[in-house]
Amino acid sequence: MSRQTLGVWGSLRATFGRELLILWRSPGDIVNPLMFFVIAVSLFPLGGDADPTYLSGIAAGVVWVTALLAVMLSMESLFRSDYEDGSLEQLLLSPQPLYFHLLAKVAGHWLMTGLPLVILSPLLAMMLALPDEAYTPLIIGLLVGTPTLNLIGAIGMALTVGLARSGLLLAVLVLPLSIPVLVFGTGMVQAALAGLPYTGLVALLGALLVLALSLAPLAIGAALRISVN
Amino acid sequence: MWQWLYKLGSPRHFYEMTTSFLPWLKGVTYFLLIVGLVWGLGFAPPDYQMGDNYRIIYIHVPTALGAMWIYVMMAVMAAMHMIWNIKVADMVAKSSALVGAGFCAVALFTGAVWGRPTWGVYWIWDAKLTSFLILFFVYIGVIALRSAFDSETSGSKAASVLTLVGVVNLPIIYYAAVWWNTLHQPPSELSLSSQGANPPEIWIPAFFTGFGLIGLVFVFVIMRTRNEILWRERRAQWVQDLVKQEAGRA
Amino acid sequence: MLSVSALHCERDERVLFTNLDFAIAPGEVWQVQGQNGSGKTTLLRILCGLNHDYSGDIFWQGEPVQRVSEEFRAGVFYLGHSPAINKALTPLQNLRWFCAVTGFSDDAAIEAALAAQGLRGYEDVPCRNLSAGQQRRVSLARLNLSPASLWILDEPFTALDRHAVAALEKQVAAKARAGGSVLLTTHHQLQLDWELKRIDLDALAGRRELRA
Repeated sequence: MSRQTLGVWGSLRATFGRELLILWRSPGDIVNPLMFFVIAVSLFPLGGDADPTYLSGIAAGVVWVTALLAVMLSMESLFRSDYEDGSLEQLLLSPQPLYFHLLAKVAGHWLMTGLPLVILSPLLAMMLALPDEAYTPLIIGLLVGTPTLNLIGAIGMALTVGLARSGLLLAVLVLPLSIPVLVFGTGMVQAALAGLPYTGLVALLGALLVLALSLAPLAIGAALRISVN
Repeated sequence: MWQWLYKLGSPRHFYEMTTSFLPWLKGVTYFLLIVGLVWGLGFAPPDYQMGDNYRIIYIHVPTALGAMWIYVMMAVMAAMHMIWNIKVADMVAKSSALVGAGFCAVALFTGAVWGRPTWGVYWIWDAKLTSFLILFFVYIGVIALRSAFDSETSGSKAASVLTLVGVVNLPIIYYAAVWWNTLHQPPSELSLSSQGANPPEIWIPAFFTGFGLIGLVFVFVIMRTRNEILWRERRAQWVQDLVKQEAGRA
Repeated sequence: MLSVSALHCERDERVLFTNLDFAIAPGEVWQVQGQNGSGKTTLLRILCGLNHDYSGDIFWQGEPVQRVSEEFRAGVFYLGHSPAINKALTPLQNLRWFCAVTGFSDDAAIEAALAAQGLRGYEDVPCRNLSAGQQRRVSLARLNLSPASLWILDEPFTALDRHAVAALEKQVAAKARAGGSVLLTTHHQLQLDWELKRIDLDALAGRRELRA
């Protein structure tokens, strides 16, 4: 018989792969947050001042804040369809460890929605006249910070997925909790601009990521169990 | 002790115990508050540096500390609700959220009022003010999440999860705010809570208002919890008997 | 297999059922009956572990479910109102994931299950391009794949044509004959060639009113 028993690892790969596949098959869920990112960033020179000295001062903050908002907007596709079509119930009822499956799911989601934001960010920073020495800390910061934002956003999404209109509530719940990532992320860029080392801040962002990786799946799991109830 | 705590976990016992306890608590609280405020606002000498402006600390500092500790209490209640499914703990958490948000709002307001004569502006992005603003947001989030659910049980569990996520996050937020503040501007010379060097005439009334406001937290939380108990247990026989008894007295 | 004792559940201030006791043995088919809103779905969701707002005890193979949750989840298959089928994916991809979270991989069995549901040739068509009945059958193909010994099926006959209904009835009877158990709700008149046991939630509610 061709039936093969899958270990935890194999079944995690399936959940991870499924997340990639679902997002790949619904490109809007990938592209729309990116478009939001680009459009929202381009509003700042238009609404503020196009003077490069002014823009370079706010560039890192603008890129980080809009990336944070774009991540929040992308969270909708993490649990919404699974909740509506019943796949979420199937996952909760499976004998597999939920903790790791949620990690695999968020990881897949980040790869398809968070990573593109990071890749796009230098381009937008350039449009905002960010000085040359600030690109490396911006990219490293986003690379380490956006997975944490994804995990925090996933908690908020898991709490609100059962509600009919969850968009605004998600922002109210999640944005305050995201502030440390924002502070340290923009802090890295500012430290670099002031000629200071920023490795300590990378470590801090890394520590936040480790904390989120270890605790967020528990909160997401508890929240999902409440939401499907 | 355990027996007593166990009994407190039953809504009926909580209600009956607080019925006898609450008047005393109210009396002590009002006494402390009145003494502290009259003394602090009327008789304590003006500060050599800030004049009469400092008097707002009699409200500001206790409400700010209260806003923090109420969150901790709420998180303990949320954990008890999640782990042991104690309904009273959830009702206390629900009551605490609104009281905590209220204290937070008062602390922010009094901080801004104090800031105007001291810093020349109502608001600066000082680490304490900023982290209290975020604490206020977190309170609002917890209240909003609970009320967004149609089902009482789902709403209370969701609020508990968010409260616990918040209690992990708040120290980090505070640390981030302090760090961010030192990056952007030097720490303010005049800090509201650096009252150590002041004479006893100034800080003794602060003890009265401090303990008075702690008492007030418990008065508010217990009163709101009692309402919540009556509402959630409204079909229980003992509540209906109580209502009949009250109606008979009126 | 699965037994409950003194199960009590109330929702929106209404007692749905109280003091509910029953035990499902291997080879039995149980039907939960009741009007709309009598709590059939709630009962099924409580039994499979999705709903926790109850008091009383649920046992799996004689042990409390909380203690043997992993074995319990491996032993129960739940079919809810929603198909648990992602519309962007193909039937094959959907069922592969179902098998993976159940703990195995077996493409041949998936293809056989789809063929048994009359979906041969649709393996690689995205589910959003299938009809409602076909989607339902993709969902039902999981029955052929699941190694669970207890099936909990909530309205499994919805959106099925006459043939599919008959096939599913046969499948239910076959499951019981093979020593498995089935607990289901349906408004459809079951034609099983197997003994059917019943839990009547209306009758339970009636008994309670009489007593009160």
